[in-house]
Amino acid sequence: MENLNFVYNLIGQNWLAILVIIVLPLVFVLLYALLAILGELKFASFFQDRLGPMRTGPWGIFQPIAEVVKLLQKEDITPTAANKMLYNLAPFLMFTGAYSAFAVIPFSQYYVPSGINVGLFYIFAVGSVGVIGIVMGGWASNNKYTILGAMRAVAQIVSYEIPAGAAILSIAALSSSLSIQEIIIQQSGWFWNWNIFGGPGGFEKIWVIPFTAILFVIYFISSLAETNRVPFDIPEGESELVAGYHTEYSGMKFAFFFFSEYANMFIVSAITVILFFGGWNSPCGDLTNGWFGGAEWWIILRDVFWFVMKSFFFVFVQIWLRWTLPRFRVDQLMEFGWKVLLPISFICFFFVALWAMVR
Amino acid sequence: MGYFEKIWLGVKTVLIGMGITLKHLFSHNVTIQYPNVHPTDKAGSDRMPDNARNRLFMDYDLCSGCGGCVRACPVDCINLNTVKAVPDDDVPPLKDGAKRGLWVLDFEIDFSKCCFCGLCVPACPTGAMKMTTEFEYSTLNKEDLVYKFSHLSKEFAEEKTKIYNKFAAEKKKKDAEAKKAKAAAAAKEKAMAAKV
Amino acid sequence: MKEKKNIDVAYSLLESDRMRLNVGPQHPSTHGVLRLEVELDGEIVTEVVPHIGYLHRCFEKHCENMTYPQCIPFIDRLDYISSMSNEFPYVIGVEKMAGIEVPERVEYIRVIMAELNRIANHQIAVATFGLDAGAFTPLLYLFRDREFILSIFEKASGGRLLYNYFWVGGLASDVHPTFKEDVLDIIKTVRQTNAEIMDLLVENRIFVERTANVGILPADVAINFGCSGPMLRGSGVAYDVRKAAPYSIYDRFDFDIPVGMGERGTLGDCWDRNIVRMREMEQSCRIIEQAIEQMPSDGDVKEKVPARVKVPKGEIYVKAENPKGELGFYIVSNGKPKPERLRARATSFVNLSVINDISKGYMFADLILILGSIDIVLGEVDR
Repeated sequence: MENLNFVYNLIGQNWLAILVIIVLPLVFVLLYALLAILGELKFASFFQDRLGPMRTGPWGIFQPIAEVVKLLQKEDITPTAANKMLYNLAPFLMFTGAYSAFAVIPFSQYYVPSGINVGLFYIFAVGSVGVIGIVMGGWASNNKYTILGAMRAVAQIVSYEIPAGAAILSIAALSSSLSIQEIIIQQSGWFWNWNIFGGPGGFEKIWVIPFTAILFVIYFISSLAETNRVPFDIPEGESELVAGYHTEYSGMKFAFFFFSEYANMFIVSAITVILFFGGWNSPCGDLTNGWFGGAEWWIILRDVFWFVMKSFFFVFVQIWLRWTLPRFRVDQLMEFGWKVLLPISFICFFFVALWAMVR
Repeated sequence: MGYFEKIWLGVKTVLIGMGITLKHLFSHNVTIQYPNVHPTDKAGSDRMPDNARNRLFMDYDLCSGCGGCVRACPVDCINLNTVKAVPDDDVPPLKDGAKRGLWVLDFEIDFSKCCFCGLCVPACPTGAMKMTTEFEYSTLNKEDLVYKFSHLSKEFAEEKTKIYNKFAAEKKKKDAEAKKAKAAAAAKEKAMAAKV
Repeated sequence: MKEKKNIDVAYSLLESDRMRLNVGPQHPSTHGVLRLEVELDGEIVTEVVPHIGYLHRCFEKHCENMTYPQCIPFIDRLDYISSMSNEFPYVIGVEKMAGIEVPERVEYIRVIMAELNRIANHQIAVATFGLDAGAFTPLLYLFRDREFILSIFEKASGGRLLYNYFWVGGLASDVHPTFKEDVLDIIKTVRQTNAEIMDLLVENRIFVERTANVGILPADVAINFGCSGPMLRGSGVAYDVRKAAPYSIYDRFDFDIPVGMGERGTLGDCWDRNIVRMREMEQSCRIIEQAIEQMPSDGDVKEKVPARVKVPKGEIYVKAENPKGELGFYIVSNGKPKPERLRARATSFVNLSVINDISKGYMFADLILILGSIDIVLGEVDR
């Protein structure tokens, strides 16, 4: 809490401020989920030469509300032989795993809910909690298909965490810090200071750029596997296993699985942006610092704008990939993760760490 | 193939695929927003042509009751009831002026059975059967899908049937008497010829 | 190269660590109501038993009570994706028996319509194959092109899916005045979209990895089971009824028969069958272009259509190259206006019988792809 946090400046260091800090990301994630649902439907349709939802509101902008209302009013079905406690707990656990990563994501230099200095490590640790939710859901549904889906999901997520971890490690080595704000502040300046272009430094960083670029690609692909998106959506496996681990869920619990998938998408994009694309830094550095007399609200607005825009772009790329590619088979997925991504990520990590030492 | 070749091919084909979908993101879409735009409006090449085989229409004033459509239908969805008109009855002519020989009492088409094959249209000699482009005729009751094309009332039908039956019975009696008379005349002739 | 387990299963020896899974009559993949009883050993398939009959409509018995022209709407509903191709062998057979010779213009229009039907059918085959693999977008692109073809059919016959267009002795109605230009436009669009689909789906590395070396059908197994069409040609056997026993005017056109050559894996795998279908679409475009050039521009299509179809006593077996394979009709006539027996040798029924032999030892996800590459339509399997 020692970082500048504008909420404290506004309200004072009391329990009301803490409540506001907890609720703000929740509100953001819920609004973002609505926007992401609409975005996915509309972008999917535009990729496929059709119009998508057009009737609910002008150009279909109220479609997410219709979807939420539909999910809310559905009957909540529990299979008779299901393990009631685990069955009911699973979706909330997955959402918790997704949401708790928001505690350390800085939307602006003046706002981070919890300014711990091992933020990166925390995100990585907490991101695995979602898997427990999936396995619980799959097993407790008492259904052959869901168990298959859940086991595939576990194998996939666990094996793709390692290349992602190697990518995160290299950035930590490059910035000599695990604190997220620190990593972002080091990338301040114009856009060539971003980590994907080798981080801050002069022209001699040009030889490390291929490795950071490859690391970016590896991290992005592994994160697709973490969020169970195509081409890695075998756990959901439409057209094979009906709906995978959330076959038996309906109503609000299904809505929670749904939301946590979208929340995961945002977190993964946010981490990509933080690690490789400069976080809340604007691509033109300090150019607009003097506008409006350098007022705090302007800085916050600008930071939040750039951060959210960059993250939304990567969410768009995830949607784009979903509607372009076919999906992997389970053993090919494992082969790809262990035999291709892992060795390459270790090699890149080695070179980036070398650069960090030499610099 | 080699390890690196596989990776390179993987990346290249994925990027090519993404390029194609991106191009389609900005190209025009092909959706026709029904019901704002009806398929029979001038919607270009997607316009429903005039010879589309949708709902059948039977022009009652042209129907001569021949039953060709009933025989041609593969699913037996047409129900036809006729009665012959007696010679001195004032039966209205067909629309194109030809003489009508039958009263068409009932003409029902069950659209829940019709398979829209169009075999009844050329089978009709007067051109009373037509296939229109009307397709928005869903109902909530299955019985509403049985279309009755005859507007003759039940009493009218019963009366005409009674008239025809009486006429037919009389004709039969007359024919039987005529035959008996002819047979008697022929027997008399034979007897007269034999006598001679 | 993953190993394929060699497994022989006897019905009475059911081991307890194998799971029997029902891939039920309702699929997320659009093949129709087919029930597959699959025995799994973990993820490996050891036995597949298809249960059919959910769409049986007693078509052959019905046709014994229908006159020859009335049978045609029933024949439409066999392979309902490309109805005119079903009518083709039937009308040829009845015309041969009754001794009717159709005018030239009718022959050309029939060939053009049959080839357009072939393109439409293969579009659905490739689209649903991509859908089984997880690619959602090619489905929409191919269906969009199919709409253009269906609008031509609608202008010619009045129906979009079930046409009742080929009649004994001719056609139901003549084509619309701008037929030639419309068809040439469509061929251009089809070629463009096919090039896109090659880039987007068929050459995609992930798709190749999914479909190469999967569901290998050796040529001798295919011939022994009686497979035909792209299934047979994907295994390297260059047998096409249009070239082996030409019917109608197919001997006037110059086209190739694409066969699978094992380019991306073994000969006879799912990728080969898929690429055979893509290439057949191109060959159909060639045939259509030649037919449009040679087609006489005037002629009455209904001049030889008899008012009453009188077929003398006799029997005939006619076959034609349906998009899915060889469709045959065995017509027995006893001189009456209704056929005594009409038997359909359905393509998909015969092709489906091979699924047990070619899916042993592959994973469950591959089974879905193999079923997609056999390309069945339940209207033909169950009749």
